[in-house]
Amino acid sequence: MFEILGKTNIDFMGKRQVAFVFSGIMVFLGLVAVAQISRGAANLGIDFAGGTAVQLKFDQPIRIDQARKALDAHGLGDAELQEFVQENKLLIRVKTSTTIEEKVAERVVAVFSQEFPSNRFVVDSSTEIGPTIGKKLQQDALIAILISFAGIVVYIAARFELRFGIAAALATFHDVLAVLGAFYVLNKEITLLVVTALLTLAGYSLTDTIVVFDRIRENLRLRRRDDIATVINNGINQVLSRTIVTSLTVVLVLIPLTLAGGEVLHDFSLALLWGVIFGTYSSVFVASPLLLIWPGGPGRLLKRA
Amino acid sequence: MKRVGGRLALLAFMVVTSFIFFLPSYQPLYRQLPDWLKPVLPNKGITLGLDLQGGIHLVLEVEEDRAVEIAVDRSVAAIQDLLVEKKIPVESVKRTGFTRITLSFQNADLKDQIQKLLDDFPSFYEVESAGDANTVVWELREGEIKRIKDSAINQALETIRNRIDQFGVAEPLIQRQGLKQIVVQLPGIKEPKRAKDLIKETALLEFKMLDEDSKLAFDLPQRIPKGKEEEVLKQFEGKIPEGDEILFERVVDKDSGREFRIPYLVKKRVMLAGDVLSDARVAIGQFNDPYVSVTFDAKGAREFERITAENVKKRMAIVLDNTVYSAPVIQERISGGRAQITGAFTMQEANDLAIVLRAGALPAPLKIIQDLTVGPSLGQDSIDKGIKSTLFAGAMVVLFMVVYYRLSGVIADFALALNLICLIGALAALNATLTLPGIAGIILTIGMGVDSNVLIFERIREELRQGKPVRLAVDGGYDKALLTIIDSHVTTLITGFALFLFGTGPIKGFAVTLCLGIAINLFTALVGTKVIFDFINQRRKVEQLSI
Repeated sequence: MFEILGKTNIDFMGKRQVAFVFSGIMVFLGLVAVAQISRGAANLGIDFAGGTAVQLKFDQPIRIDQARKALDAHGLGDAELQEFVQENKLLIRVKTSTTIEEKVAERVVAVFSQEFPSNRFVVDSSTEIGPTIGKKLQQDALIAILISFAGIVVYIAARFELRFGIAAALATFHDVLAVLGAFYVLNKEITLLVVTALLTLAGYSLTDTIVVFDRIRENLRLRRRDDIATVINNGINQVLSRTIVTSLTVVLVLIPLTLAGGEVLHDFSLALLWGVIFGTYSSVFVASPLLLIWPGGPGRLLKRA
Repeated sequence: MKRVGGRLALLAFMVVTSFIFFLPSYQPLYRQLPDWLKPVLPNKGITLGLDLQGGIHLVLEVEEDRAVEIAVDRSVAAIQDLLVEKKIPVESVKRTGFTRITLSFQNADLKDQIQKLLDDFPSFYEVESAGDANTVVWELREGEIKRIKDSAINQALETIRNRIDQFGVAEPLIQRQGLKQIVVQLPGIKEPKRAKDLIKETALLEFKMLDEDSKLAFDLPQRIPKGKEEEVLKQFEGKIPEGDEILFERVVDKDSGREFRIPYLVKKRVMLAGDVLSDARVAIGQFNDPYVSVTFDAKGAREFERITAENVKKRMAIVLDNTVYSAPVIQERISGGRAQITGAFTMQEANDLAIVLRAGALPAPLKIIQDLTVGPSLGQDSIDKGIKSTLFAGAMVVLFMVVYYRLSGVIADFALALNLICLIGALAALNATLTLPGIAGIILTIGMGVDSNVLIFERIREELRQGKPVRLAVDGGYDKALLTIIDSHVTTLITGFALFLFGTGPIKGFAVTLCLGIAINLFTALVGTKVIFDFINQRRKVEQLSI
């Protein structure tokens, strides 16, 4: 038998203070991000904010400062540039609240064909999104988030005792907020795909928590004498190698996707990658200790189980 | 002794079915099939999303208020004609506000006579409170406004469909969305800008007379540089006679290639509109310059003949979307029902103009509110990268499982392969659209797909550690992991389902692959691997399990 971990006996519950401080910081960052998003001050992708994105693929390398100068000269100074150096690609984003009638995409293309006549390019993609659509997508995303969270809480509450349900839901929130916070701090764009990743990781992180909770619940039935912290610790230790192996397999597929999946999927996979790591951490260090600090004696945990 | 034959047959059946459904998605192989076989097989497989094959996705909004205005303006013109016909001296007939028409007259005795006219315009009613002795105010009925808006979007839909048909796009999707939006998807299109122009052009063709009597016509500049139109309009603001407007013609200087505009003073009244056209074709003129030759239908031809006969030696402007294309002098009565639209066209422009004229005008302008264009090179690029990362990710997981769980790992890998085959088969059977995030969903399924087996294997290991014999350990592992696996799958399904309901385009593609992947995984992990363990156990008494 090949094992990453043998039989472990780590006192996870004893380390919960450290974990709570770390998680507190991440959740705080996430909440700041949420506040900024609702104020409209965060780096929202054009699919939410409205605007234009044009991706050009050049024959020869293009210098980003020259590109910026060219755009400045043509009144597109507020454009954001992002380059994908290996492939001579340049992504130009212009966020606007005005209507799409301005034909920003055409202007951008015109600027480059005029200013860099010797460096031929093709338009890889162009996206123009009017503000009304942006609003609608924001709304849809919000509804999707609310529905999935409601669905999750209801399901867990039905399958487990309420205390488990709340702890699992909180841990899931924690993971989503942590990744959102990280994206905010690194000033990465929050796009529709990133939100999709957040929802997916919510589902995944919950899966992970459920496995741990299942074992804790099972142990609670078997060892009614032990004190609750020990029962939880034992449960976590028993499924620890499983927790790590399952996360590892997902991480194993997400790494190539992040590195080689192309620019469209990069941030999406990155969000998932972080999410999986946070999700694994939170099942052990957030969800389980939350069971402990719930008011009431150890017997309460078993009430309905 | 557990029977494994039935379950093995089921698995084999699923693999074969998946393969059959997948066949049409891989054309090189599908085309090799004998012809007698094709009618029996499904003929539609997985479609590639726009982000993978390139193309455009447009969401258009009909400016329905404009459609209402246009309809009211048309009624104004009809009222004017009727007043002339009945010789009722009305001072002015004007659209006031959005849906109102105000008729003013000097002689208060005319009021009764005018009010009677309303019988001919049943879509209007008289606003008693708004009129006085010398004015009558008519308002468009509420129901009529709704009908106009509704028919505007249906007509726009029909027109766009006609244009796209004539432009020639394989498998376009043109669909109404909500109350006033139209979604147009053109996969694999090579010239996105041209297609967009073709869709967006209102293509309202009108024949109007120039006002050559007004002094103002002589004050207008000969020609102005492109972009100075606003200045000219401002300069003459307030001086334009009632019922007239200034429109511009686009001209290109052949030598310098510079663009100019020629202003014309044109009577607003539409003599003839594009709805009487029966055909429009590109033709080549004397100097090798393309023009569009239009043919009127019988009614249009009669009208055109009458108009030209009444206006010999006068100039008529051919106006398309408020731009003058030419303003020739009518030399003589024109019968036969043909006219030419000339202008500084390239061959392609003339071609596209003929298309939009044939397909008919849009009832109102369209606004593009969402435009996603993916070039074909990026699409191919994304497919290549998707396949590369899928293979790479798959290899990592397969290898890891074999190293960590040995022979049992091989069994899990087998389940994984089964999972992928069935997932692709299911996508093909549903004629699902594969998008780039959808590929990510497949990759994610690979990673999460082995999770269930990891859960089971870890349980089996625990049972073995307690000293249970192999067969009992395997059964115990599956039994104890079952509920956990179902719980964990359901939660992911819930989020996947929410994404499916509220996601658009690519996101929906992701949700579909994720949900299908999870559902199929539940089956392959529980049935697919178990049958193999049972099969091994059945053949001989296993003392040691490679796990």
